[in-house]
Amino acid sequence: MFDVDPFILARAQFATNISFHILFPSITMGMAWILLFFRLRYTMTGDKHWENAYHFWVKIFALSFAIGVVSGITMSFQFGTNWPGFMERTGNISGPLLGYEVLTAFFLEATFLGVMLFGKNRVSNKVHLLSCALVAVGTSLSAFWILSLNSWMQTPAGYIIEDGVFHVDSWTAVIFNPSFPYRLAHMMTATMLTAAFLVMGVSAWRLKQKVDGPGTAKVFKAMVVITMLFAPLQVVIGDLHGLNTLEHQPAKIAAIEGVWETHSGVPFTVFGMPDEATRTTRFALEIPYAASWILTHDINGEVRGLNEFEGEHPPVAIVFWSFRVMVGVGMMMILVSWWAGWELFRRKQKPSAMLLNAASWMTFSGWVAVLAGWYVTEIGRQPWIVQGLLTSADVVADHASGVMLSTFTGYMVLYLFILLSYIGTLRYMATKQAASLLDLKPMPEPVTNLPPAAGA
Amino acid sequence: MDLEFWLPLFFASAMGLALLIYVVLDGYDLGIGLLLPFADDHEKDIMIAAIGPFWDANETWIVLGIGILLIAFPQAHGQILTFMYIPVTVMLMGLILRGIAFDFRAKAIAQKKDMWNAIFATGSLITAVAQGWMLGAYITGLGLTAISSLFSVLIAVTLPALYILLGAAWLLIKTEGVLFDKALRWAQKSILPMGAALLLVSIATPLVSQTIADKWFSYPDGLKLLPIPLLSTVTFASLLWLLFDQKALRDGKEWLLYTGLIMLCLLAALGLAYSILPDIIIGQMTIWESAASSKSLLFTFWGTAVVLPMIIVYTFFVYRIFSGKANSLTYE
Ligand code: HDD
Ligand code: HEM
Ligand code: HEM
Repeated sequence: MFDVDPFILARAQFATNISFHILFPSITMGMAWILLFFRLRYTMTGDKHWENAYHFWVKIFALSFAIGVVSGITMSFQFGTNWPGFMERTGNISGPLLGYEVLTAFFLEATFLGVMLFGKNRVSNKVHLLSCALVAVGTSLSAFWILSLNSWMQTPAGYIIEDGVFHVDSWTAVIFNPSFPYRLAHMMTATMLTAAFLVMGVSAWRLKQKVDGPGTAKVFKAMVVITMLFAPLQVVIGDLHGLNTLEHQPAKIAAIEGVWETHSGVPFTVFGMPDEATRTTRFALEIPYAASWILTHDINGEVRGLNEFEGEHPPVAIVFWSFRVMVGVGMMMILVSWWAGWELFRRKQKPSAMLLNAASWMTFSGWVAVLAGWYVTEIGRQPWIVQGLLTSADVVADHASGVMLSTFTGYMVLYLFILLSYIGTLRYMATKQAASLLDLKPMPEPVTNLPPAAGA
Repeated sequence: MDLEFWLPLFFASAMGLALLIYVVLDGYDLGIGLLLPFADDHEKDIMIAAIGPFWDANETWIVLGIGILLIAFPQAHGQILTFMYIPVTVMLMGLILRGIAFDFRAKAIAQKKDMWNAIFATGSLITAVAQGWMLGAYITGLGLTAISSLFSVLIAVTLPALYILLGAAWLLIKTEGVLFDKALRWAQKSILPMGAALLLVSIATPLVSQTIADKWFSYPDGLKLLPIPLLSTVTFASLLWLLFDQKALRDGKEWLLYTGLIMLCLLAALGLAYSILPDIIIGQMTIWESAASSKSLLFTFWGTAVVLPMIIVYTFFVYRIFSGKANSLTYE
């Protein structure tokens, strides 16, 4: 058992760590803006419900943020511990991008988070609003830099290579590399959806359990509006993203679509079992000409198949399936949000029990889609770490597999524990009777770092 | 001006500064984590409140430190982190545990709070020990001999002592009443062991590293360094006096202890910098050999020059907002 390939372990460990990390940014980035919205609504309307909503969600935000931060610190060491060659070869490019993330984003968000969470009675409403806004800006800036780096690894530009080491030719070309605008837009929309579905799902659950009243209904409604806008938008952005990928990483698209041989008039495979051994997709359910039409906007368009990338294409099945999971969740999101919109705005009724059920089921749907999406992107890039230029195997650290295996197991246990605690705590907080229902004056929420009121 | 020469030097100093700030700032919240088991439930809440608004930003300094290592010295970054794979992993797990415990403890069901408190303390201890170990391994030039391991162990127990003292010093600033007295006693108990350990480390350092010994005990260069040990001794003596006399600390000058400790850390950092520079890995690689290309460094230099002062300004601003005693810290 101890002779597991350390390379596989390094990849698995990195993948586990980043997968765990991204769960939390994908909540906090979107939620920071939603919280700002709650605070602004309260400031403008004086409606206490928005203030209560802010207090409820800021605690979940703080918790998610803390996990995001500590798992992120792990990430920043991982480049060195697992892929030292990556930094040695591309350090001139990846270093500054990561550096700017720390300088412009991490300090901003971490510092003003303190004011946002604990400073409400110490600063004016304006300064507090500003702090909330700076935290939101900080999280988004952080996405800007790290996604720029990731996109550069997918679609490298603006570099020259001397003696195997990458040097910068043009920073603008590096930062705004071809896939970056699409990835940034797609990811930011993804985090809005992830956060909005989380808030919507928990609110639905609270309404269903009757632990909260009108305030939660308002929040629910606001999330319905947000998701009604962002879910369809995501499909459009995703489509454009895919077209861009076709241009720069055709092997990835061939794997996504499960196209084995280059040909024209390619059908879209809705489901099937791609099998690399026989180079066929078994049990394929196909829509004739659809893939050609989606990718080339011509039903007879030619799509390059995996045969053109022998030995240099990613594992097919997992990319193929991850893509379908992501798109499937995207479709569900559209369905649920528009159904909710129809009930709330056309029929002007209270949300039905069935809708509330559906919405609570969707609470963590964003996580599923985000992870699936990243698997498409990252596994779809294999065997390259920098597309077409540097392979992952070139840059791996040579730790003994026994060492890797034990740290890997350690991380897994730790993450499982944290995830369970996180979801348990969310559940626990979601079940608490809201103050507004007890007909008290809205209870001043306890400090996140002081004990909640008795029994809580 | 010769960029190839100055840029690596600039970034080495910036890295040193970031790590110094890290030790001084995260040191106090790690220290409070270490002290947590010795407080009762109510005191625990206040102690946590005393670091609530700050800990996240404090930790960001290590991200910056390691970030600069990566940006400016990619070659060394890979070697150091690969070598320290295990202590780094252990430290990360400690950081993760304490970071999450900090937040969970306030939201969890009451019965679980004890568990989170324990995790918070354990995480802090793991982090502090791992960091000490790493520092030791770094000073010995990533050596793997029995002596260098022994040295790492020595620092691994010294650093937590320093953190405890920083934590207690922070509590003096942030608390009053019973907890203030307790913090004072904690500080009194830990200062002598910390001083002894520091002395031991100072004696051991030139013993484990020939490179360092050569620098300190050469004549006449070594003489110019005399102010460092002298000032350290004076500072340490004043701290002792402060702690056992108590008058100044009780007379509204409770920040003196923390300031003195900063001074001590600064002196240690200067001594260390002199011992190490111009190497980035002692005896193996200089900062110039491992530096990234000047073009890259220049790009980051301008950003750092603009943003770092801003960071310092808003950090001060936030510390001002939260100045005063911690028990009044609330959400509203
Ligand atoms: C698209 C967004 C995104 C992605 C892909 C990543 N991160 Fe992240 N990261 C964030 C978005 C983010 C975030 C929103 O800024 C944080 C702050 C709090 C949180 O929950 O996530 C965060 C926190 C965070 C921190 C702690 C910052 C602090 O001290 O405040 C570090 C060091 C990293 N990340 C590093 C990384 C690295 C090295 C990544 C890639 C390999 C990475 N993150 C992927
Ligand atoms: C945040 C969401 C992300 C997820 C879920 C994710 C997921 C993954 C997965 C699953 C792998 C392993 C692929 C394989 O070996 O088959 C991987 C590899 C990798 N990713 Fe990501 N990734 C994310 C973001 C990023 C970002 C932002 C960067 C860099 C800036 C990055 C850099 C890398 C590197 C360096 C590797 C290792 C080398 C390799 O196997 O190619 N990832 N990631
Ligand atoms: C339904 C329509 C969707 C389409 C057509 C679509 C398309 C794509 C494509 C082609 C990629 C891979 C890009 C590349 O690697 O070059 C991708 C990645 C990704 N998708 Fe989607 N997507 C859709 C829905 C969603 C939804 C609903 C979410 C999340 C809420 C999501 C989140 C992501 C993420 C996080 C990535 C990885 C980051 C990136 O490369 O942008 N996607 N998507």
